[in-house]
Amino acid sequence: MSDTVPRLGKDLVGLEDLTAGQILQILDTAEPFKEISERRIKKVPVLRGKTIVNLFFEASTRTRVSFEFAEKRLSADTVNISSTGSSVVKGETLVDTARNLEAMRIDMVVMRHGSSGSARFLAERIPSNVINAGDGWHEHPTQGLLDLLTIRDHMGRLDGLKVCIVGDIRHSRVARSNIYGLRSLGAEVAVCGPRTLLPPMMEELGCHVFPHIDEAIEWADVLNVLRLQLERMEAGYVPSLREYNRIWGVTSKKLDAAPRDLLILHPGPMNRGVEIDSDVADGPHSVILNQVTNGVAIRMAVLYLLAGGQPEKAEAAKQGAET
Amino acid sequence: MPSANRIHVMSESDVHRAVARMAREVVERNGGTEDLVLMGIHRRGTHIAAMIRSEIEQAEDVEIESGSIDITLYRDDLEVVGPRPIIGRSELPSCGVDDKCVVIVDDVAFTGRTVRGALNELGDWGRPKRILLCVLVDRGGRELPIHPDITGREVQVLEGQRVEVLVPELDDYLGVELIQTDTEGA
Repeated sequence: MSDTVPRLGKDLVGLEDLTAGQILQILDTAEPFKEISERRIKKVPVLRGKTIVNLFFEASTRTRVSFEFAEKRLSADTVNISSTGSSVVKGETLVDTARNLEAMRIDMVVMRHGSSGSARFLAERIPSNVINAGDGWHEHPTQGLLDLLTIRDHMGRLDGLKVCIVGDIRHSRVARSNIYGLRSLGAEVAVCGPRTLLPPMMEELGCHVFPHIDEAIEWADVLNVLRLQLERMEAGYVPSLREYNRIWGVTSKKLDAAPRDLLILHPGPMNRGVEIDSDVADGPHSVILNQVTNGVAIRMAVLYLLAGGQPEKAEAAKQGAET
Repeated sequence: MPSANRIHVMSESDVHRAVARMAREVVERNGGTEDLVLMGIHRRGTHIAAMIRSEIEQAEDVEIESGSIDITLYRDDLEVVGPRPIIGRSELPSCGVDDKCVVIVDDVAFTGRTVRGALNELGDWGRPKRILLCVLVDRGGRELPIHPDITGREVQVLEGQRVEVLVPELDDYLGVELIQTDTEGA
């Protein structure tokens, strides 16, 4: 076996840091992991003896459970820590929390945190592998990867595809990870949403900007519809949920005007009737639940690729590796 | 292609003859073809398994269940060699492995660690009635108490040599060769 494939580093902080080759390596590694979740005994021993801490400073069900399933199906030992009910509420700093965990001899940390940049901050300060499960408005790389995998599964390719991300781009780590990953693999990316929720200089990232959903629907092969966080309305970014739905909501009526069938993604949790209508979310072109299934496989692939390997020992072992 | 540091061990017809005999032995050991399942180990083992399968199917006029095992995730040396970039797909036969006579097929028997991984993986899939090990080449050098039940040929391998099974699907031709890996001479 050759090691021509680029290795991932110690951590997975964001897709901005990865080459196209590294992203493809993760997607390709996820393929065989899909099958493990279909087995009667959904477990392989590859991470036996590894201790993984899921450190969640923000509420999350889907991502945390998905990571936990991935870890358990690879036979790792896992501990979950959420900010409520932990020493975090007593004022302990992030680094102190992590150092205390390291003192108990852990191998990996999966972290969700409200501050952009916190994943890199932590990764630079502890020797354990750090996987970013979402940091502020920065990145959510495993979500980006599972979106890429789901699109590739259904469209057969990413190169040359037209993908439009719809909704609150400004506050979205999912949008950022999607943009970096899709651009890196040769897809064309556009964003669509209210001006107040589009960050400036999207063109600099190589994105088209559509102020109107109708133009986006006419242009795109794939729509990735983001959740409109209800607090955005309270903060005055959008006038009302009904108006948001009327102008930017993805409805079957708007999709009927499209020149082709559009693949519909949504990272969840959905606000049905706000950013997406039920008949679209449950419709034949929705792959929202496929995203959830793929999420476990992607996280297994990332854990597997980061966990193994001490390059200095690898060379010495190569002669004996043949079986 | 054969070159100076490659020594020819088995030709295409040698392999065919060995496979035909191994196929007969598999049927004989099982007392027929009932409940027989062939599981090839990824990658070259699956090709040898396919050859044995078609031999049995022709001779006995039956259809044999088969599958494949990729033991990458069951290796005991992930820490040392690092993640293998390419993991193959394990395919369970449609009939499952419970109460079946499962024949693990690989190209080369060496340390026995691959077979240990395959045994563990099969154990996670179910409870076969019996498991047999069938290899085209036994090159010795076992590190575990594992021994093939059916062997195509035993090959003496000196230090600094490696044995390679070549199959048309991956290597353009069928055969077995010894390769001098230690060019300075052992």
